[in-house]
Amino acid sequence: MDDAGSVIAFWLLAALTVGSALGVVAVRDLIRALVLLITSFLGVAGLYITLSADFVAVAQVLIYAGAISILLIFAIMLTPRASRDNAETFLQVPALLLAGLVAFTIGFISLQTDWPIAERGGFGETASAIGEALLDKYVLPFEMASVLLLVAMLGAIVLVRPEGTPEE
Amino acid sequence: MSVGLEHYLVVGALLFGTGLYLALAKRNFVGVLMGVELMFNAANLTFVAFSRFVESAEPLSGHVFVIFVITVAAAEAAVALALAMLVYRNRETIDMDRINLLKW
Repeated sequence: MDDAGSVIAFWLLAALTVGSALGVVAVRDLIRALVLLITSFLGVAGLYITLSADFVAVAQVLIYAGAISILLIFAIMLTPRASRDNAETFLQVPALLLAGLVAFTIGFISLQTDWPIAERGGFGETASAIGEALLDKYVLPFEMASVLLLVAMLGAIVLVRPEGTPEE
Repeated sequence: MSVGLEHYLVVGALLFGTGLYLALAKRNFVGVLMGVELMFNAANLTFVAFSRFVESAEPLSGHVFVIFVITVAAAEAAVALALAMLVYRNRETIDMDRINLLKW
């Protein structure tokens, strides 16, 4: 990735992603934190596009920026009497130390390791290859994922059903 | 000046640290959930970056793994929302430091 466009796009998207993730920490209102989180998800989708992962980028926009953020909005809206501030607990300082240490360790190892870089360039269109892999080599995890989604949906429905609802 | 694997890995490390801090330190349950989602995103970004840059016989396996991670994250978010609703119904709060029924 040497052309100027990719480099500029990477730096802009990386700044957008990390900046809005830090904004989620800093902002004092939960709804605003959620909007910044969605911005961060979209930035990650842009980074996927710079990595020529088109299918994953579209899935990121649909599922993270669409579905999961809607679920988080529901979680905020359905708890109206809970506090809406985005404050920290008493664990703020140890959590800050641990998170900084983990980020530093991962970053340090990433920079020190001599990765076996392949000079094959970007992928072309990936959706059909991913589809074939899902129905060929990864067909068992694929079916298990469908069962997992079904069980999670049933579990969520059973958990939030109001008490006293007649069993039918 | 070119962009390589290390750039993406450092962005992933920063995202993961931010998510870890959110998940450990935020008082509101939804804030904690946002942190978990950010950590998922950091791991996915790392997967896709390795898939793009590193020598491999089947480079698209990383993309398939990311699809599965996104699926599990969606299931996790739905169940977490249900748990938040249950706690709210019983306690009228979803603040992590006030859910202390198991504390002696």
